[in-house]
Amino acid sequence: MTPGVVLAQFGMEGTDKFVFALLNGIGLGAIYALLALGFVIIFKATQVVNFAHGALAAVGAFLAAAFATIYRFPGRLIPDSPEWVQWGLSALFAVAAASVVGLIVERLFIRPMIGEPLFSVAIITVGADIVIRTITDDFIGQGARTMGDPWGITVSNIFGVNINTTQIVTVGVAVVCFGLIALFFRSRMGVAMRATAFDQEAAQAQGIDVGKIFAISWAIGAALAAVAGIFASMAPRSAGVSNTTAFVVFRAFPAIIIGGLDSVLGAVVGGFLVGIAEVVITTYTAGYANILGVGFGGIVPYLLMLGFLLVRPYGLFGTEEIRRV
Amino acid sequence: MRGRPLLFTSYEADQAMLPTTTKKVMLVLALVVAITLPLQLIPGLRWLGSGLWLSVLAQACIFTIAALGLNILTGIAGQVSLGHAFFMGVGAYAAVILGGTETSILVGYGLPMWIWLPAAGIVAAAVGLLIAPTAVRVRGLYLAFVTIGLVFVGDHIFRNARSISGGFGLGREWPKLEFRLWKEETPLVDFSSAGPWLGIELTRQAKQFLFLLFLMVIFTLIHKNLARSRVGRAFAAIRDRDVAAEVMGVDEVRYKALAFALSSFFAGVSGALLASFFGSRVPEAWDLLLSVQVIAIILIGGAGTTAGVLFGSFFVVTVPRMVENLTAWLAAATRGEGIGASVANFIVSTGPGDFGLVGTSAIGPGLSVFQLNLVLYGALIIIFLIFEPLGLFGIWLRIRNYWKGWPFTY
Repeated sequence: MTPGVVLAQFGMEGTDKFVFALLNGIGLGAIYALLALGFVIIFKATQVVNFAHGALAAVGAFLAAAFATIYRFPGRLIPDSPEWVQWGLSALFAVAAASVVGLIVERLFIRPMIGEPLFSVAIITVGADIVIRTITDDFIGQGARTMGDPWGITVSNIFGVNINTTQIVTVGVAVVCFGLIALFFRSRMGVAMRATAFDQEAAQAQGIDVGKIFAISWAIGAALAAVAGIFASMAPRSAGVSNTTAFVVFRAFPAIIIGGLDSVLGAVVGGFLVGIAEVVITTYTAGYANILGVGFGGIVPYLLMLGFLLVRPYGLFGTEEIRRV
Repeated sequence: MRGRPLLFTSYEADQAMLPTTTKKVMLVLALVVAITLPLQLIPGLRWLGSGLWLSVLAQACIFTIAALGLNILTGIAGQVSLGHAFFMGVGAYAAVILGGTETSILVGYGLPMWIWLPAAGIVAAAVGLLIAPTAVRVRGLYLAFVTIGLVFVGDHIFRNARSISGGFGLGREWPKLEFRLWKEETPLVDFSSAGPWLGIELTRQAKQFLFLLFLMVIFTLIHKNLARSRVGRAFAAIRDRDVAAEVMGVDEVRYKALAFALSSFFAGVSGALLASFFGSRVPEAWDLLLSVQVIAIILIGGAGTTAGVLFGSFFVVTVPRMVENLTAWLAAATRGEGIGASVANFIVSTGPGDFGLVGTSAIGPGLSVFQLNLVLYGALIIIFLIFEPLGLFGIWLRIRNYWKGWPFTY
């Protein structure tokens, strides 16, 4: 939630205010859902909690910005095509590059740790996060780099309110991603991944190459993180990709927990839930900054998560851990 | 018993803090060396006695206290926590409310250190107990997320409680490390300005170092004793198998809450010391990176062991300083001639337009020294976890066992 959204809603009343908050919340929720989905896919398939997710998102966003604005790649090869096609291709290449980074992380840091305690592997990803994020931050430099997307700050009118066009594009792209993931899970490889998530040894006994599944799940996870990172760096959420882009993932973590750490459906539901709650609560508490503090919206996801865990320690759709002696 | 140093005939002997003569001698030696460091007596170690290195070592002492606290929770009781920075912050702000000076916008009661330092620990422990009901309900990785949540919620509160923290980007001054009986003008013992002690002229850094070393030794003793007491064994039982521990009669909820409280006590004290040592601190400094630093200490040192935590914190705190020195040295080397200068020139970037992996100026290509240190933290965590999960303590064990059996391989 950024100043852009808050400023735009001044002077709105009643239903308009609510619809505006709801639609923006869905836009933000789409980003959280993408992040949560990638995270959960990696967690389910490989049993790794990926704290480097934010770094991967930042890598994707930075590369998209670099491809689109600095190198104009592949836009310079097809100068006659419409602007959104050029930008979309740049973003696609950035997403592909980010998933390669995900593959490298998996191969270098995660593969040697198979069989080690979950916590050790989780902390390794913290280390990977610091390394990747610091180097990316150095490339980004101080300040924000604009994404160079063709929509900018243009608005579209839906349900009688003016919504940033980027929000609509975000939700559209997110829905396409969810559809692709759903299709993937029905494919041969997707079934193999589900089998691996269910029982690694049994999957291996059936002839599934578990190592390949690990690599693919990291590539998919990193790609989804990059998509989310790219859209999180556009107006109205931020001026561009900056040193704080990676932190958007920390606000998606509550979405993962609320949905349930090991539920793909939960990730999507949790993402939208948290996104909508964050924007709606921020909108209606804007006048109480002296009590709640500046930037209260940023911690709404965490307060939701803490409250949720008291009621449901395994989230909405997560499997309850059965403790056996 | 002579010649059979590892033969223990009683449980007490087995659990002794220093079971062998070698360990006793080494500990006494280490303490003597540490205490005489500021006097710069030992040739070859004189550089460590300089003001700059003494303050680095003093920081290491503070971080040791924090890491010992996390070690109780994560190393001994097996509860993953990324929220240590939050408890350090709580302790620091408890200290500054009680010990800080009052101004028109800031609260502070100006109380002496013997009140604010223990209070920092107690308040942090109380907050730890308050959070325990939520934390105990969730297990394993869910707990890691809850504790991350704590850091962010805490960050928000610290930033916005302006009358306590001074506000985002501004911060406030912490009470100095000085011992007063009450609010008298001149402190009884002053750790934060130069002056003679027992007829020996000592610098400010030397006094701070000696005081923090003293505190560190006390907390290490507490930690070591805790680990080998009934409570420590209960923690270890919960870590190894929580269901089995419960069957054996260990009250899981109670002991987990106790682990949180104890760990927060250590964190609170070290947070107060850290802020007081630096003089002032901004509210956004109690962030996830600080938590990760403390985690790095116990993982690099060796989780669960007292000696490992000591190794780890001195290693992690001194490495950035070494990197700084090395970068400065390489930057100087680029001005020389021959192949050495070319190699240095490749590594170091001296300004805009000069290629290099590490930049000596904020502008220009290459990582800054601060960024390089961050990358090193990350890389060290990864390297140690992949290649030596027992940390520096594990390396020490291997070296020791090699020489024990020497000249035989085992």
